[in-house]
Amino acid sequence: MLKDIFITPFADMFSAPDFLLQVLWEGLVSGILYALIALGFVLIFRSSRIFNFAQGIMVVFAALTLVGLHAMGIPAWISVVLTLGVMFVLAVSIERIVLRPLVGQPDIILFMATIGITLFLIGGGEIIFGGENKVMISEELGIPTGDTVLEPWGGLLILQHLDITVVVVATALVAALLAFLNYTQMGRAIRALGDDHQAALSVGISLQTVWVLVWFIAGIIALVTGIAWGARAGVSFALEVIAYKALPVLMLGGLESITGAIIGGLMIGILEKLFEIYWGQPLLGGNTETWFAFVLALVVLLFRPQGLFGEKIIERV
Amino acid sequence: MTETEGYVTADGRQIGGVLMELKDITLKFGGVTAISDISFDIHEGEIRAIIGPNGAGKSSMLNIISGFYTPTIGELWYKGKKRPQMKPFEVARMGVARTFQNIALFEGMTVLDNVMTGRLTHMKAGIGAQALWWGKARDEEVANREKVEEVIDFLEIQNIRKTPVGRLPYGLKKRVELARALAAEPSILLLDEPMAGMNVEEKEDMSRFILDVNDEFGTTICLIEHDMGVVMDLSDRVVVMDYGKKIGDGPPDEVRNNQDVIDAYLGVPH
Ligand SMILES: Nc1ncnc2c1ncn2[C@@H]1O[C@H](COP(=O)(O)OP(=O)(O)OP(=O)(O)O)[C@@H](O)[C@H]1O
Ligand SMILES: [Mg+2]
Repeated sequence: MLKDIFITPFADMFSAPDFLLQVLWEGLVSGILYALIALGFVLIFRSSRIFNFAQGIMVVFAALTLVGLHAMGIPAWISVVLTLGVMFVLAVSIERIVLRPLVGQPDIILFMATIGITLFLIGGGEIIFGGENKVMISEELGIPTGDTVLEPWGGLLILQHLDITVVVVATALVAALLAFLNYTQMGRAIRALGDDHQAALSVGISLQTVWVLVWFIAGIIALVTGIAWGARAGVSFALEVIAYKALPVLMLGGLESITGAIIGGLMIGILEKLFEIYWGQPLLGGNTETWFAFVLALVVLLFRPQGLFGEKIIERV
Repeated sequence: MTETEGYVTADGRQIGGVLMELKDITLKFGGVTAISDISFDIHEGEIRAIIGPNGAGKSSMLNIISGFYTPTIGELWYKGKKRPQMKPFEVARMGVARTFQNIALFEGMTVLDNVMTGRLTHMKAGIGAQALWWGKARDEEVANREKVEEVIDFLEIQNIRKTPVGRLPYGLKKRVELARALAAEPSILLLDEPMAGMNVEEKEDMSRFILDVNDEFGTTICLIEHDMGVVMDLSDRVVVMDYGKKIGDGPPDEVRNNQDVIDAYLGVPH
């Protein structure tokens, strides 16, 4: 038994390194999407203390809108631009109708408000686009199909072109976001508001502008993850679950850390895949990916309550 | 109007006309009256101090000027016009920069980034242009950077430019906060106890910087300070507050000899 847990898996990794690479690659593909989603959460949380329950449904809503617009005969790329427009209008509406009137309310009220947004988007999405499953317009968007086969160490490594595209696009988006946050004035404003509210006001930062901006960024992230995940698994309300994977990522990375979200996302994507293949399937009958991330996060929190990258929590007595 | 004319200070500097005027300001928090019926003005180019014992209402007054508090009664006039009710960020964009009694910096960001946020009031390029690092946005970033480096040199903090602010000692944090406010090239600079908690040497540095700012850029400064000696050295005119009331207003020498002021500072019962 102990041998199965502590020795066999590593022996397997060692004896078939090409397969290990395959597993790591697949973990990376999910991981980078988790990281993106977590980044959306972190940006909203830092600038408004809101835990955005609606992030998951935003993924579904963005994907449904894109597919729906295209179904109306609009060319794929124009549909993408229009969907971005819809996500922007959504961000402005949320700021106007939900956030602004609730300024200064307790965090729990704001959290409830995002549950309200979720229900509204589920309802709205079903009425406008219908509840049945749809197919992502991957081909129309020019997302390549097929695969590339490599032979490392004389073994076999299959890279789906879809996955390569996802990794490239998601990495580019993360890099662009980091550049925006670090090297533009608006990006500094977003970080500043997350650090100190009063000071941010004193240098002329408008809460409203930053809020619209972070919700719009969350919308862009929703669209990209919606396309990526939708292309693999179809477009339905089940897409929402990808956002729940962001929860353990945030528990690991901390709600306020941008680096934490990125590293946490990659870690969870890769570790849950490794665990599933080398421990889950042989020992536990598989399907461990649904819960592994949560257990991992809980175990980490037992030892580091502030998360992996959070500042040390100082207990006030 | 005679009020709008300037005056000449004791050391012979020409001060401009009235830049900001506070008229009959009262501020209440529930039952507490933090400020009661105070009027005073700030002239262009002067260093105006507000002094008074703890809880006198000094910070509240600064918060009113910077838009953080709304007076219960009273008006604020700026450059000859009545200022409508404004949010703090709007006041900042009108050219009012400030520091805080308890230091409010962006602790997770570097000194350079903190000072760069001071330039947010000068932002003209749209968000879209910034996101794409486009023409005007890029030029602006370069211009902002130049201005910021000037301020950093001026306050002699070049060697900590890339240090996260959270790691700095208290005295340097105060200086970075001043740098951020200066980067805005404000028409009025509000300083809430810029020297509190500093040692003698740090206080001397800070005094020198404040005088230099006023001297080199002609910036109008309104500051709160507890240390009487510092106030006498720095300021052109002083408002003295006690229990929310104004008990003195004038050049430092005059105020120092005012009996009400002496009583307030010596703690004579009311
Ligand atoms: N936001 C607030 N809510 C309630 N009361 C307040 C608030 N701000 C100030 N006060 C009260 O107003 C009065 C004046 O406070 P203020 O901070 O303006 O005094 P101060 O002169 O700056 O004192 P110090 O020298 O200690 O900084 C105090 O009684 C204070 O408790
Ligand atoms: Mg005070």
